[in-house]
Amino acid sequence: MPEARFRVKRYDPEAPVMIGARYDEFTVPYESSLTVLEGLFYIQEHLDGSLAFRYCCRAAVCGSCAMYINGTYRLACQTNVRHLHGDAITVEPMPHIPLVKDLVSDMTDFFAKYEAIKPYLMRNSKTPDAEIPQSEADRKKLDMPIDCIMCGCCYSSCPSVWGEGSYLGPAALLKAYRFEVDSRDEAGKTRLPSFDNERGIYRCHTITNCVEACPKELNPTEAIQWLKGATVRRRLLGRAK
Amino acid sequence: MIYHELIVVGGGLAGLRAAVEAKKAGVDVAIISQVWPGRSHSGAAQGGVNAALANHPESADDTWEKHAFDTVKGSDYLADQDAVAQMTKDAIPIIYEMEHWGCPFSRFEDGRIAQRPFGGAGYPRTCYGADKTGHYMLHTMVEKAYEAGVAMYVEWFVGRLIVDEGVCRGVVAYDMISGGWTAFGAEAVIMATGGAGRTYGNSTNAIISTGFGMAMAYHTGVPLKDLEFVQFHPTGLLTTNILMTEGARGEGGYLLNDLGERFMERYAPKAMELAPRDITSRSIQTEITEGRGIGGKGYVHLDLRHLGAQKIQEKLPGIRDLAIHFEGVDPIEEPIPIVPSQHYSMGGIDTDMDGATVLPGFFAAGECACVSVHGANRLGGNSLLETVVFGRRAGAAAAAYVKALEEKFDSSTAARRAIAEVEERIDRLADNAVDGEDPYAIRLEMTTTMKEHFGVFRDAATMRVGLDTMYELKERVARAGLRCTVGVFNLDMIRTVELEGMIDVALGIAAGALNRTESRGSHSRTDHPDRDDTNWLKHTLAFYQPEGPRLEMKPVALGMFEPQERTY
Ligand SMILES: Cc1cc2nc3c(=O)[nH]c(=O)nc-3n(C[C@H](O)[C@H](O)[C@H](O)COP(=O)(O)OP(=O)(O)OC[C@H]3O[C@@H](n4cnc5c(N)ncnc54)[C@H](O)[C@@H]3O)c2cc1C
Ligand code: SF4
Ligand code: SF4
Ligand code: FES
Repeated sequence: MPEARFRVKRYDPEAPVMIGARYDEFTVPYESSLTVLEGLFYIQEHLDGSLAFRYCCRAAVCGSCAMYINGTYRLACQTNVRHLHGDAITVEPMPHIPLVKDLVSDMTDFFAKYEAIKPYLMRNSKTPDAEIPQSEADRKKLDMPIDCIMCGCCYSSCPSVWGEGSYLGPAALLKAYRFEVDSRDEAGKTRLPSFDNERGIYRCHTITNCVEACPKELNPTEAIQWLKGATVRRRLLGRAK
Repeated sequence: MIYHELIVVGGGLAGLRAAVEAKKAGVDVAIISQVWPGRSHSGAAQGGVNAALANHPESADDTWEKHAFDTVKGSDYLADQDAVAQMTKDAIPIIYEMEHWGCPFSRFEDGRIAQRPFGGAGYPRTCYGADKTGHYMLHTMVEKAYEAGVAMYVEWFVGRLIVDEGVCRGVVAYDMISGGWTAFGAEAVIMATGGAGRTYGNSTNAIISTGFGMAMAYHTGVPLKDLEFVQFHPTGLLTTNILMTEGARGEGGYLLNDLGERFMERYAPKAMELAPRDITSRSIQTEITEGRGIGGKGYVHLDLRHLGAQKIQEKLPGIRDLAIHFEGVDPIEEPIPIVPSQHYSMGGIDTDMDGATVLPGFFAAGECACVSVHGANRLGGNSLLETVVFGRRAGAAAAAYVKALEEKFDSSTAARRAIAEVEERIDRLADNAVDGEDPYAIRLEMTTTMKEHFGVFRDAATMRVGLDTMYELKERVARAGLRCTVGVFNLDMIRTVELEGMIDVALGIAAGALNRTESRGSHSRTDHPDRDDTNWLKHTLAFYQPEGPRLEMKPVALGMFEPQERTY
């Protein structure tokens, strides 16, 4: 039976002050296929019950299991060890984000920023008895941003976030874009102040780390650029589209 | 003790919809969820949600009554027809409401919500957003809950209910981020914890779909209904059981055996690949058993190649990604190897149409509940619908219940007792740490037993062996050892506590299946191949007892449609 060697970065909140980082090594046997998430479960069940990591869908749709695997942002459930090179698989939490334990990042700020951009469709006009019509072309504009699974990879990778902790970051701004670009949204200038400021769109220096990090191949940079243009239109004309 | 008037356990579609409704009614409501609500399993739903909007060119004369008929026929007549009528009627306004709240449904050229054909439905009435409908609906509902200002306790694991003098008064939960168990006092609780798929070793469900919420209700004396009806989806990926939506066949995909035959012709000549799931899964299993699996092995092919690259990329992009990443197969170029896989729990907490149960102050909605609108076999696209329709109703009913209470009781004594009981249980498990049973070995035996003994086809001899194993596992789980008892994000503790509940739910499935000596919907017995309306047109109720479930029967609500033979 083939075996995979895992090097897992550990963090224990009860003993946070450590000299250097601690990495534990584990050997995980498997038959023909093994995802990193399955490997972590094997370790938790058989080798070290105290290992902490997030999981839910195991099908790359819930965004729970974002990690830094062999130096790349990945979803652990979507990463098969057969596709990784090198003799050990190094599993670390997403860098630049505070930790709860082991591979579990503290996402408090990430979600606070999501909430800050008012992430919901705003309407003023009377809603019809049926659906609000939307053309296929208008619906197509939503294809990219609605696929975001809020995994946090982009956020962790963004140098502007590292430099300025209050910067909303790519995921929250992508969400703002998702609504601003929606033909049905009537926020007008209501959502604008949440991102039209120094902790918002102007903090993005189009370094595109976020695009590279995204396991869903989304493009927050493009969204932020669009928001910059739309902000000007909104300020002058009161409409973005 | 933390206090809210109403606690909703679960932040999937059902829990969120319930909380939004209660909040609208002016009740102080909080959601407790083991994961950030947007990560709930509802987000994995792919194919779509049913409503007789009549938007599709071929469904101009579709009505809620026709939707109701398809649902009842699909259920093999075990669904309660009053509940089905309610759901199919409410479907139309509630889907429009989802759209008004921002749900990005795909559109037809005329700007209306797009619909596709789905299994067992007389008309194309499944509204969809590409093949990511659940993700879009769930995120929309999360957004609505944030807008409404629903309080959320995210990454808290609920371990038990607080019941005081026969009334539900809150829950006890473990704070995964800060550690420790805390009591939540409340005037009412809504359980919305999703399905029990992970009691099986071959499930399409998320890893957190354990059925533990059902177990918590069951342990307080609330009966679980129709547990034996377990849906096997025809098309799970061979190696991981990850779902390939029915929408893939709705868009025209074929099922092929080793001879390249569209074998559904033998089993459902009219509906073909779009026969209901129970029939399609049995057909695949039969092909495999008779040696016509691919290369004589245990799987068949889902072939999408003839749809062409463009249609696959537009209508089924998620399916394509999943097949590439998890099976190494690009459906544009190769057929996808698939097997029937555990998919949905038709059974669950016995509720009425308002989510109410026999325990005052305790409600349930979504997949953990059984109203019953799915009877013996759920139609694709009816479950997302159920979560929003009955989530809303349960939210409204629980809010009305809370508001009608004359006085609020002090349940702090009961809360203290409940916490002490949880801690005692943890201590007992910890005492076994060194020489106790390995919980993960028990989990593996349970999932293997359920898969092999209570699968697509069932018979008394096989089930009896399985049931004996389940009883043995129940004894062993009482001696399970817990290695880690404290600290944050303690998976060892969560997973061991969960396991005891999973075993009880699995035992309920097993006992109900052996007891029901007929074939109906998903419950297909080779030793009793026919439906038996004289003796079995009724629901099973399982009541928890420490020595194993006690079963009772409950009548089915008929009235709109007379039971007929089911052909497709
Ligand atoms: C792969 C897949 C595809 C599907 N596709 C479709 C489809 O196309 N159409 C359709 O109609 N149906 C579909 N279904 C079925 C449908 O998605 C589910 O039945 C439905 O989403 C369940 O929703 P829910 O709100 O009841 O539960 P879930 O969405 O499962 O939510 C459960 C919630 O409970 C919480 N929870 C559970 N236990 C605890 C605990 N102990 N403590 C705290 N919180 C807890 C979880 O954190 C979660 O928030 C699909 C199902 C699967 C598996
Ligand atoms: S493009 Fe903007 S958001 Fe993305 S990483 Fe660079 S600075 Fe951050
Ligand atoms: S944009 Fe991509 S990387 Fe960022 S949260 Fe969304 S899915 Fe994750
Ligand atoms: S477990 Fe859901 S994305 Fe990996």
